[in-house]
Amino acid sequence: MLSVSLKHKRPGFALDVAFEAPPGITVLFGRSGSGKTTVVNAVAGLLRPAHGRIALNDRVLCDTDQGVWLPPNRRRIGYVFQEGRLFPHLTVRQNLLFGRWFAPKASPRADLDQIVEMLGIGHLLKRRPGGLSGGEKQRIAIGRALLSAPEMILADEPLAALDDARKSEILPYFERLRDEVGIPILYVSHSASEVARLATTVVVLQDGKTTRQGPAVEILSDPKVMPTGVRSVGAMLETRVKAHHSDGLSELDAAGLSLFLPRLAQAPGEEVRVRISAHEVILSREKPQGLSALNILPGQVQQIHTGDGPGAMVSLRTPAGHILARITQRSAQALGLEEGSDCYAVIKSVAIAPGDISKTSRS
Amino acid sequence: MEWLGPEEWQAVVLSLRVSFWATLLALPIAVLTAFALARWAFPGKQLLNGLVHLPLILPPVVTGYLLLLIFGTQGPVGGLLQELGIVLAFRWTGAALAAAIMGFPLMVRAIRLSIEAVDPKLEQAAATLGASRPWVFLTVTLPMILPGLIAGSILGFAKAMGEFGATITFVSNIPGQTQTLPSAVYAFLQIPGGEAAATRLVLISIVIAMGALLLSEVLARKAAKRVAGG
Repeated sequence: MLSVSLKHKRPGFALDVAFEAPPGITVLFGRSGSGKTTVVNAVAGLLRPAHGRIALNDRVLCDTDQGVWLPPNRRRIGYVFQEGRLFPHLTVRQNLLFGRWFAPKASPRADLDQIVEMLGIGHLLKRRPGGLSGGEKQRIAIGRALLSAPEMILADEPLAALDDARKSEILPYFERLRDEVGIPILYVSHSASEVARLATTVVVLQDGKTTRQGPAVEILSDPKVMPTGVRSVGAMLETRVKAHHSDGLSELDAAGLSLFLPRLAQAPGEEVRVRISAHEVILSREKPQGLSALNILPGQVQQIHTGDGPGAMVSLRTPAGHILARITQRSAQALGLEEGSDCYAVIKSVAIAPGDISKTSRS
Repeated sequence: MEWLGPEEWQAVVLSLRVSFWATLLALPIAVLTAFALARWAFPGKQLLNGLVHLPLILPPVVTGYLLLLIFGTQGPVGGLLQELGIVLAFRWTGAALAAAIMGFPLMVRAIRLSIEAVDPKLEQAAATLGASRPWVFLTVTLPMILPGLIAGSILGFAKAMGEFGATITFVSNIPGQTQTLPSAVYAFLQIPGGEAAATRLVLISIVIAMGALLLSEVLARKAAKRVAGG
């Protein structure tokens, strides 16, 4: 468990945050400029905050009131940087083993072969980082951090510099870290789909302040929270694979309701977390008939949230969980929607992007 | 080498010895100075920068005279060293000191450039992996500035081989003691019939200088290739 409380000022920017990161992946979520990297650098010891206290498990890393400040090399925190930061003069193998050399002899040793195998970088060991692809570099950076026997992992937008194909190459490794390595991971991101896929806990940063924090499913479904624009707002549903059908669709069970998706890789019985973007949902007051959409969930309006623009965010309570729908205020009036009204959420099955589906972690 | 007289041979060997020690002793101080100028902010930084460059701008004779004033047996530092049994004036060790000081600005400039080219983010990464400051320097900074270190050393060595004005002013021109290669060339040119010996020494000078340059090119390219990876 990591606990952080920080106050720091730069010209034109004030940071004032407090949060806790339990085991699993805690995503620090916010727009660029919201102070995410400053927080992570303070945790790593690369930035000395004006005021604050940072503790990891039972060790105090920084306490400005007590005058405690551990330098980065004594914090035992593995840092995966946005740009990899591999050492160009060392081979991949030497890069991987760099941290192990400095780790306390008594610390539990991560096994090189096991990590090389998990990250699929065995064929690169003898090469130098210069000629490697962005995705390969980032996998090595993850391995290097893990092999330094850290008590926690920091990742500062580790996928931001990669294209979509490389992103989907790296994401599964972070899922494995979350599910297999029992240490807390603090992961910085401004991508809603990364958060949806990885987060156990979400801490939302806005203009240097923590505006919300809590379990991912809860935070990500709250339209007021999402600071990065309406397009990233979406609801999360916990489901279980029910069956794979011969027409190429998979049937998911969400608390007794069925959802149909293009064929998933997971076996029947496995848990799957599904994200439904708010702008992919259509609302209907009556049960739709003669519609091509397969996924129709009944529910009640819980809340209608309107902002400055013409849009409205409707939060719907369904047996499967909360669904968010982004509609216009005009439609909301035309449908006569108000709190408690019955209505149906229509979701086209293709609207559930594969990148938004992931194995759920039990945390 | 039959065609070299003992006096000429002495001058060549002495010059190599003076330059070797001058380079070796100046190198660590040059690295520290270059590091301070490239990375640290401290009061008097511009003053230090000026001092480092002084031997490059001053007439060498002036530098030599200043050395004599400071490190001569009557000088403040020289007097102190004499009590410890170390005499620099009119000894080969003094020639090495003069050569080191004249080559120093060239070394610092080359090394400073290479330090400025090292991304401090890599050093931060090394720190998060558990490396303390000295280890970060040894395992990350030093290997990455190696090309600059080589270039600076060769420049310093070449400058030391060619240094004349400050040397002759500080330690004079005593055969076998302080008569370096350039001093010997100068001395041979002062006596009738000395041109042949002077020409031979000039040729040796050229060979050593070219050899050093080629060596530095090869080493620097090797080191640069390592750093660039591939």
